[in-house]
Amino acid sequence: MAKITYIDHEGTEREIEAKNGETVMEVAVKNGVPGIDADCGGACACATCHVYVDEAFVDKVGSPEAMEQSMLDFAENVKPNSRLCCQINVSDALDGLKVTTPESQH
Amino acid sequence: MPSDGHLPLKETDTLLVIGGGQAAAQTIASARQWGFGGKIHLIGDEDALPYQRPPLSKAYLKGEMTEDRLYFKPADWYAEQNVELSLGVRAETIDRATQTVRLSNGTTASYDALLLATGSRPRALPTAGATLEGVHELRDLRDVDGLKPVVTSGQNMVIVGAGYIGLEAAAVARQLGANVTVLEMAPRVLARVTSPVMSEFYTKLHEDHGVKILTDTRLERLTGTDGTIRSAELSDGTRIEADIVLVGIGVLPNQELAEAAGLDCEGGILVDEDARTSDERIFAAGDCTIRPLVHYGRMGRLESVHNAIEQGKLVAAALVGRERPKLDVPWFWSDQYEVKLQIAGLSNDYDDYIVRGEPDSGSFAVFYFRAGRLIAVDAVNAAPEFIVTKKLIISGQTLAPALLQDTSVSMKELAALAAA
Repeated sequence: MAKITYIDHEGTEREIEAKNGETVMEVAVKNGVPGIDADCGGACACATCHVYVDEAFVDKVGSPEAMEQSMLDFAENVKPNSRLCCQINVSDALDGLKVTTPESQH
Repeated sequence: MPSDGHLPLKETDTLLVIGGGQAAAQTIASARQWGFGGKIHLIGDEDALPYQRPPLSKAYLKGEMTEDRLYFKPADWYAEQNVELSLGVRAETIDRATQTVRLSNGTTASYDALLLATGSRPRALPTAGATLEGVHELRDLRDVDGLKPVVTSGQNMVIVGAGYIGLEAAAVARQLGANVTVLEMAPRVLARVTSPVMSEFYTKLHEDHGVKILTDTRLERLTGTDGTIRSAELSDGTRIEADIVLVGIGVLPNQELAEAAGLDCEGGILVDEDARTSDERIFAAGDCTIRPLVHYGRMGRLESVHNAIEQGKLVAAALVGRERPKLDVPWFWSDQYEVKLQIAGLSNDYDDYIVRGEPDSGSFAVFYFRAGRLIAVDAVNAAPEFIVTKKLIISGQTLAPALLQDTSVSMKELAALAAA
């Protein structure tokens, strides 16, 4: 289990209890978090689940694999802490994770 | 902004949704997100909450994804959002004059706005033996739940049809250790949907993994003992042992309900740019529609997640009186083994194509042109090619074939050279 906080571009926070094994995207979609469309359902094919990972968690979350990195290279407003959250698996280590959705996804 | 008198919907209005797939789920989620506070009633003929179909032939069939992860939303969400669910119930007839729909459970549901998201169904195999035990289709969760326990190591599986569904299932079955033979009537796999170079790549990919692919091959009949499949007989007399047959020969739009109600249909339910049918109170979205393809200047039917989501949002926007969302270029993907194919655009009437990169390297892209303009790409493990093409088509830009062929120039640099 991990508590994950989703922050929209205006700073509104939503904390959600997530089960291990789900992705950060799935948790968001099932709970109706705006700004994470995840059109492809987590196949790393659409880049509509772009988030910024809180600096304190960047190392724990890890770095993107090649396909995700390629998708990110062409996403809008990419920063060094950008990830596609369909590729982040929830685990105990991510308890307290905060992610922010970019304005372009709203 | 729609100008019809009955829209936007009021708090006292009812949105009735027929169908429980991706288009239905998207319409409901977007309508609520954008502030529709009236009643929503979903009629779904499957006895399941709306779920994602793409994983059915991929991760779910393989056992890598559990059932609970298929559902778009948990049951609680529908309750919280005040969405009434009638699952396992079919819509029998629509009475447009009284704005009611008669249901298979004997009740009648009324609407102020109606969404038809009836999807498509697998084309039936027109061959003797098609109803034998062990002959499967792959469309619904129930289909896959029937298929999963039998696709195991050492089983002989014959797949009829080398389209994306057939090939994705072939990849999974092979990885699970089944002996897989794919039968295709056309001279090459994926013949209806892509170019010879792609067909060649996927044929080699599957053959390298031990799948037997027979093209230019006609299935004569399926034979069995005691009602259970035993073998597939080809027109040249060859007999292939079969414990499982999977039929994947395309889908047909579910337009009968709309047709019987007098709505315009033509190989699908005809809709306009707002996903509205010929009745201003009735919308249609997803696989069942024939829609304007604005980037291509024609009408067409799309069987895809992109289409279901986009039309779902179009319907919701029209219902709440929100500005029409921007239209995307049709896009698709397919996962087979370690290969991710991403398709942007529609290539079917191309008159020229070029290959960027080496197919043998496992990462390359085929760009399609019509009258000198870029119309589509098949990108194999090549996300930049996919994304750049999608953006170029949306913005009405193109790139010359010779430029795209030059792999010494990155897609990022090429994107900057694009011209209107």
